[in-house]
Amino acid sequence: MSPASPPVFALVDCNNFYASCERVFNPRLNGQPVIVLSNNDGCVVARSNEAKQLGIGMGVPEFMVRDTIRAHRVQVFSSNYALYGDMSQRVMETLQQFCPDLEIYSIDEAFLSLSGFRSKNLSEYAGTIRSTVKCWTGLPVSIGIAETKTLSKIAGGIAKKTPGGVFDLLTCSDRDSVLNQTAASDVWGIGKARSQLLHQHGIHTALQLCHADEQFIRKHMGIVGLRLVMELRGISCLELEQCPPPKKGITCARSFGKAITQLHEMEEAVSNYVTRAAEKLRAEELAVTTLTVFLHTNQFKEVEQYSNSLTLKLPVATDTTHELITAALQGIRKIWRDGYAYKKAGVMFVGLVPASRVQADLFDGKDRTRSKKLMAALDSINERFGSGTLQYASSGIAKEWKATFNRRSPAFTTSWDELPVAR
Amino acid sequence: MTVETIYAPDLATRYKLPIFLGRLPAGFPSPADDYLEGKLDITKHLVKHPAATFYVRVSGDSMIGAGIHSGDLLVVDRSLEAKSGNVIVAALDGELTVKRLYQKNGLLRLLPENPDYQPIEIKLQQSFEIWGVVTSVIHQL
Repeated sequence: MSPASPPVFALVDCNNFYASCERVFNPRLNGQPVIVLSNNDGCVVARSNEAKQLGIGMGVPEFMVRDTIRAHRVQVFSSNYALYGDMSQRVMETLQQFCPDLEIYSIDEAFLSLSGFRSKNLSEYAGTIRSTVKCWTGLPVSIGIAETKTLSKIAGGIAKKTPGGVFDLLTCSDRDSVLNQTAASDVWGIGKARSQLLHQHGIHTALQLCHADEQFIRKHMGIVGLRLVMELRGISCLELEQCPPPKKGITCARSFGKAITQLHEMEEAVSNYVTRAAEKLRAEELAVTTLTVFLHTNQFKEVEQYSNSLTLKLPVATDTTHELITAALQGIRKIWRDGYAYKKAGVMFVGLVPASRVQADLFDGKDRTRSKKLMAALDSINERFGSGTLQYASSGIAKEWKATFNRRSPAFTTSWDELPVAR
Repeated sequence: MTVETIYAPDLATRYKLPIFLGRLPAGFPSPADDYLEGKLDITKHLVKHPAATFYVRVSGDSMIGAGIHSGDLLVVDRSLEAKSGNVIVAALDGELTVKRLYQKNGLLRLLPENPDYQPIEIKLQQSFEIWGVVTSVIHQL
């Protein structure tokens, strides 16, 4: 690839990713409406095309579409993140065979830099990528090609509605009509607030945004907005981000399966969240200096409302689970109030520093070398025998507050006991 | 039982070697230092395309003649193109099934390897898809 070759990006997007994952291992679902629900089986987070045609919206609570589900025998699944995570990795690995320059943008999307492939027929190449991913993983993807990331996102949206699943904006003869058909609010990076602002100034489509006055954009949307407009004009401003930016914080927060009213249950839940966050911390070889705990009641229900949070500064940066649990529990006891039904709690680690560069404290009485060995042993046991094999007693055993996944499919690819069965 | 064949180790693969095997600084270096080839990894042997390889559990005895027993583990590679004569996993009418593929003159059949089972003729109106090619069977003794 010569440095002078102009940029070309492809956005690869898995169609209805979670629903499609379910279908790979359960071929009976082909042609059936399928939906996947969020934690606690709350809201719809994925829909097959058949489910979309039934008018089931994205993000709607399950109970609001229960009649449709019953009338049309919609197949309903709880989120199966073990399966989706594994399938996502397979897709990304497959893509890497075609293009080493890849940015994993989300669990089901990746940007590829195709600049080095300009001598090829890019639509054809994308077609090969698409059929290979389908063959290797069983998952359908659509691919949009353009000279900027922002345009490739738009192209990807059209690819989804194109029979071949590929749309190349570079060879498209009527780019203006494509941009005209795209709502400004659907442009990558345009959130609710910006979309409203644009609306007020008569900018409704991507085409209008593309031709918007630079002064106006700079004034109202800053340099980020200006970049976005340049991208729509075909001038690449956003590069492929191959290594994820360094983490600023690690959060573990979840809604409870049933509301928590007892302090000891809250302590268990928080211990679990700290444990998980500390695992992530160590996996990234980081230590934490400051942690925040928070809890709140269910804002969507007519119950007495209360929410609070507390930030604690640790004497020495640490990655040791029991030190973090001790601190978090002190915090949660301080903000706990009896008499409320809590829906959610969590911990946030901020002020992350590399674990190797932790400043020693003269008065620190703890044996850091010993803690390090203990944590390494804990992590390797849990990695080998499954997470939660070895846990702190404060994390509880019954865990009745835990999120429920009543309709989860088996972990087809990550558990020996749950493999797909062929007769 | 007699040993029929002894396989020479495959020296084509290179593994990362530790710089010193023998203890330092005193003592004799291990005479095996220069010959260390790393350990054999059974997964590398069984799985050629990790992104496309899935494990599938067998239920039933329709393929017993091919050495595939109920409860066995199949290594299924989806990246391989299925050819007539291959043992495959297919999705037939919504069910996963393991059979031998037979393809000739536009005829498509799934053949069991057990006289108690009938060959399956794939008809146009049936939903049929080749799911993957079976490359190995893991049978616990």
